[in-house]
Amino acid sequence: MPRRNDLRSILVIGSGPIVIGQACEFDYSGTQACRVLRDEGYRVILANSNPATIMTDPDFADRTYIEPLTADVLQAIIDRERPDAVLPTLGGQTALNLAMQLYARGVVGVPGTPELIGANARAIATAEDREKFKEAMIEIGLAVPPSGVAHSVAEASEVIAVIGLPVIIRPAYILGGHGTGIAITMSQFIDMVSKGLAASPISEVLIERSIVGWKEYELEVMRDQADNCVVICSIENVDAMGVHTGDSITVAPALTLSDFEYQKMRDAAFACIRRVGVETGGSNVQFAVNPSTGEQVIIEMNPRVSRSSALASKATGFPIAKIAAKLAVGYTLDEIPNDITKKTPASFEPTIDYVVTKVPRWAFEKFPGTSGILGTQMQSVGEAMAIGRTFPESLQKALRSLENGRMGLNCDPAEEALALLSADELIASIATPTPDRLFQVGECLRRGITIDAIHSATHIDPWFIDQMQMIIEERSALAAIGFEAMTGASWRRAKRMGFADAQLAYLWKVPEELIRKTRIGAGVVPTYKTVDTCSAEFEAQTPYHYSTYEDESEVRPSLKPRVIILGSGPNRIGQGIEFDYCCVHASFALRDAGFETVMVNCNPETVSTDYDTSDRLYFEPLTVEDVMNVIEAETIAGGGSPRVIVSLGGQTPLKLSGSLPANLIAGTSAQSIDIAEDREKWSALCDRLGITQPPGGTALNVDEALLVAKRVGYPVLVRPSYVLGGRAMQIVHDDSHLKKAMLEMAVAGTLGREGGLSALRPVLVDRFLEDATEIDVDAIRDLVGEVLIGGVMEHVEEAGVHSGDSACAIPPQTLEPWAIEAVESYTKAIAGELDVRGLLNVQYALAANTIYVLEANPRASRTVPFVAKATGVPLAKIASRVMLGSTLAELRHEGLLKDPINNGHVAVKEAVLPFSRFPEVDTALGPEMRSTGEVMGIDRTFGRAFVKAETAAGTELPTSGMVFLTLNDRDKSSGLVIAKRLRELGLGIVATSGTAEYLQRFGYPVDRIVGKVSAANAGSADHSQTDAVELLKRGEITFVINTPSGRRTRTDGEAIRKAANIYRVSSVTTIKAALAAVQGLAEAHESPLEVRSLQEYHGR
Amino acid sequence: MTIREAALVLRDGSIFEGEAIGAQPPSGICSGEVVFNTTFTGYQEVISDPSYAGQIISFTTPHIGNYGTTSYDSEAKQVFARGVVVRDLSRRRSNWRSEGGLDHYLQSLNIGGIAGIDTRRLTRILRQSGSMTGAFGTAPESDLRRASQREAGTDGVNLVAQVTTPEMYQFGTGRFNVVAFDFGIKQTILRCLGDFATVRIVPAATSAEQVMKMSPHGVFLSNGPGDPESVAGVPETLRQLLQAGVPIFGICLGHQLLALALGGRTYKLPFGHHGANHPVRNTTTGAVEITSQNHNFCIDPASLVDVSDVTHTNLNDNTNEGMRVRDARCFSVQYHPEAGPGPHDSRYLFREFGDLMDSA
Repeated sequence: MPRRNDLRSILVIGSGPIVIGQACEFDYSGTQACRVLRDEGYRVILANSNPATIMTDPDFADRTYIEPLTADVLQAIIDRERPDAVLPTLGGQTALNLAMQLYARGVVGVPGTPELIGANARAIATAEDREKFKEAMIEIGLAVPPSGVAHSVAEASEVIAVIGLPVIIRPAYILGGHGTGIAITMSQFIDMVSKGLAASPISEVLIERSIVGWKEYELEVMRDQADNCVVICSIENVDAMGVHTGDSITVAPALTLSDFEYQKMRDAAFACIRRVGVETGGSNVQFAVNPSTGEQVIIEMNPRVSRSSALASKATGFPIAKIAAKLAVGYTLDEIPNDITKKTPASFEPTIDYVVTKVPRWAFEKFPGTSGILGTQMQSVGEAMAIGRTFPESLQKALRSLENGRMGLNCDPAEEALALLSADELIASIATPTPDRLFQVGECLRRGITIDAIHSATHIDPWFIDQMQMIIEERSALAAIGFEAMTGASWRRAKRMGFADAQLAYLWKVPEELIRKTRIGAGVVPTYKTVDTCSAEFEAQTPYHYSTYEDESEVRPSLKPRVIILGSGPNRIGQGIEFDYCCVHASFALRDAGFETVMVNCNPETVSTDYDTSDRLYFEPLTVEDVMNVIEAETIAGGGSPRVIVSLGGQTPLKLSGSLPANLIAGTSAQSIDIAEDREKWSALCDRLGITQPPGGTALNVDEALLVAKRVGYPVLVRPSYVLGGRAMQIVHDDSHLKKAMLEMAVAGTLGREGGLSALRPVLVDRFLEDATEIDVDAIRDLVGEVLIGGVMEHVEEAGVHSGDSACAIPPQTLEPWAIEAVESYTKAIAGELDVRGLLNVQYALAANTIYVLEANPRASRTVPFVAKATGVPLAKIASRVMLGSTLAELRHEGLLKDPINNGHVAVKEAVLPFSRFPEVDTALGPEMRSTGEVMGIDRTFGRAFVKAETAAGTELPTSGMVFLTLNDRDKSSGLVIAKRLRELGLGIVATSGTAEYLQRFGYPVDRIVGKVSAANAGSADHSQTDAVELLKRGEITFVINTPSGRRTRTDGEAIRKAANIYRVSSVTTIKAALAAVQGLAEAHESPLEVRSLQEYHGR
Repeated sequence: MTIREAALVLRDGSIFEGEAIGAQPPSGICSGEVVFNTTFTGYQEVISDPSYAGQIISFTTPHIGNYGTTSYDSEAKQVFARGVVVRDLSRRRSNWRSEGGLDHYLQSLNIGGIAGIDTRRLTRILRQSGSMTGAFGTAPESDLRRASQREAGTDGVNLVAQVTTPEMYQFGTGRFNVVAFDFGIKQTILRCLGDFATVRIVPAATSAEQVMKMSPHGVFLSNGPGDPESVAGVPETLRQLLQAGVPIFGICLGHQLLALALGGRTYKLPFGHHGANHPVRNTTTGAVEITSQNHNFCIDPASLVDVSDVTHTNLNDNTNEGMRVRDARCFSVQYHPEAGPGPHDSRYLFREFGDLMDSA
């Protein structure tokens, strides 16, 4: 069946901000979908609140709505744009849930409204409603774990009486396994059921027999309108059932299934997709297999493109999202050519001749108080994928791609921590899944603990453990041979087992550079194979490569000038999709300018690792060794030495800059990068320019830190150098806290694992500026010295809250013209002094009419995409051209650089925080960044834009009920304004005694005064006052404004913030955000919600 | 375990270094026609498929032997393939079905192999230059090269005579009485037929008269190795059976022999189809079936336009995958609807064979 001509316009729903469980993969799928649909001639309308995505670039849709993803907003967009169809299957769980809400309102999917394409409401309900799904599977004869559904604790008790413990509890309609858990005891059971019911938007949980320890598999399946079904990829979880698949190490293809079992699973997957009724597109079907009997049960299916399908696409070269979009508009699989071979159709099943390993990356170190134990709820924030010809090679590459200070399966400095554990302790620790488990397994093997013992403790299939054993054996063999006696054959053997030069350097205590030189001298260099969907049966047209050590390399010669763009690796807090956006934009801009672009990255979720984003793609770890290998391969390929872009992928490639050939680096030199990072050199530069810095100094130990603090006075901000996202950054108020902070950085903390402290990496100790306004500037300087100020952003939260966690606005809202002029002039001067070629981000603080410069980073910043969307100036594209030698004047002439849009609108960026995943954590914002993503609100005024940004971020601003106010002394005066506005909006006020007394003193009535939480919790006799936590639990409080005080213990506020988090009551923890919120609510009160596309704002 | 260094040498002189696995002949040389198979799973079914007689099988998937072997997965009791080429032979197997390791299986059946090979490079050579003979083993490379050039390959060689059953035997207890010609029949085919038929498996040289004496409800023509043109006598037998009007269903070599019986022409594909992911269009329904394939030869449908209708076409290269003989109760397919290994998308053909016999 060909393309549907009855449709003209299609609304694509995006997935919103990056959150745990829903990351860049939906930018990848959404970008593909938008491209495909536009190429097919449809008018594409896109809704997504995330400005950091590539899909929300105004070039990718006819109408791009960066608006909150709520049913109200989508309804407004539908009313305005009248699309013929809505495509909800490429925007993750968010889009699917919204589609269901719109369907329930009768706005889509019913006659006279836009059609739901991809998956209809019935199919979505069948797959997503666990009870319906289970019934459907039993109906078609597929086994499911015995289970029951409950809508209340009472119902749950009836279910458990039948099934018996242990059980898994899963809330309905949730993503990333949120609220899911395993209950072994009855009290755990009751607790988890209550939480699960709260987490589920329809207050429903599925209680099912626990099959922890069974093997876990996923099949990525596609179906078209003609009922053709294919499996794109099989995925096997190395971690058994019990660890969420998003938190599991997984491999593709499945490696421990016989054909007999695999075909049975394939048949079941097709039966499932047909019964659920997914008419077109991709689905993910999950199975569990009893390792001793082969019993297969179906766990769940997602009737949409998922994180696993992004992985499957990168693992096979088969673009699931792109094909899903084509199938949604009527094509059948056999009508679509396979992009990679060009000659064969998409109606086939990819076969691969390598092993793909995905390893998640967690951020527990940023959430003190969390257990760090992996379970059925996803907690990872990113993932790395690696390709090798065998599992050991692929595994070791994946582990070093994580950029966690590990170079593979141990055999690196970090392994020394494992030596402290006894064999018993090791066995005990591997029984609990944690981010370190695999390394512990490696250590067990090294100690001679048997595969069977490890298998019993971990349920990891013995095949995988044996493969790891081979790595351990190879290590012993290499140690025995010794560096001097290595032959070509032994080098090749080591490299084929995935050993990095850095591991060998550690093993033999020989410098890595010498290892590299000697190995290359022995003739052992990587070969690059091609990912081609077909195991070389057909010729591949797409240069998508991975390294391995084999006989033959497949890199094609080329004479065009080439640019290598280094990506940003796995997503982590502080470094995510924003940098992928920059890399992708550079690739697009440089391709347009006639360069051949070469992308190097190892993050399977991203657009940058799509095989048609760049001319060539190397799916490789971002280490010096792997990047140098690519540079050498590309040099051999011809066309002269390639240029390398290190400044668009965040800290990851920037850290490599010093180790790469200086003459190849495009843009700002490694030397300038060092000046900006090196405290002494940077301070000297600021002094030269006469720009004020907060007083401070550097310290290598506690004593030095104390001296600096004494000199500059408390409070001080302490932070390690060369980190991103405010890692381990703290504001300390006295000596004892400073000592503690230093100790954490030096040894105790995870920072030790990330490199610890050294003369090369001292701690920076600076006077912390209280009540300062933070300002961010993004600029571009070209080789003739012209500087383009891309955007000046004023932060909503005061300095001290990490810029990544704070909201900010373009244009600045309260800055006086002189201040804006000053930061612009400073930025230009700094750019000149650093001889920047490309992007520069400078952070300032404005305190008591003085502008202080906080730091400068001559690289792409997190705000580049936000600025581009707010101003209509494609900063990343311009910067990449400037790095390769174009001047701003030339780009202006060419039309790439246009004047920024300034027609009175305000854009607000807001951070999205993952606290609901980590109920143990204090939600107060601080200098360590903890947000996973961001949203943008754009409107006529700041207040309205702020409300949109908050709504988009999932903060529900109050429209009724009572607001709980508890403010520190400094903020109490601002509290008066807040109380006044809240009253005007008809909202009630609850306050703690101190705040209440203050408000009442100035004539603002308080409806209810509550006691100290800590007192009530401690079983205090004082029951006259209701506890705030109790009110939160009862749902009487609809919003919390709680500003923590700096010096005092924060226990009380912390309890309130945690309770708000647990009971899903939105809160703000800074007075500035509270002021912005009430201002916004007041403005939003005056006129109804309006939606407007980016194209209209930009007037283009 | 000691490593036995070995090499694989192709007729064109390409050399691959690796290590010997499985059984090794005293000469240190195994030779045959080298083909590659792209299936992920089912290495044991592939190795034991008699259609690989005379061939050395290279697996594109790197890990082989990971889930071990089991008697159920053997497509024949004996292995007729000449050897196995793999990137990595798992030293440990893990699967609840497994009864033994692959290396042990190869040794017990006296089959040699070579591991550690850049099988992707090998695949690319075969894809570009077409199937060619080769030799592997522990012998010196010069000896291997000579052996690779001396090796006859499969063109024009009657391999069926080597693999067919010497005498008739029976399988299954279904209601139909089916006579199955064994040109190298696979166990999975017998299981599929045995579900609804009592199958008498007869040697390839069985005459039409002998077959008709058994008063079958239907005749089945099995898969088998090599060049159909070299299987003397069988096309004539099939012509007689066609005349007798007995329902006939053919698979793979059976399909090709049927084509020859109808006066059609066969030809050799550059490197054949060996895998479990080939898309085939059922031209009657328009549906796409993902199929298991294993053949180097192919029929030219143009040579059969007067007598048969194309029912299935390969979507990768548009080669013929199936036909229905006009004015006769007879159909056949080039691919493997029984799977083993491979997808079950086309098992309906066995049901259609049943329906055909029912309509008789």
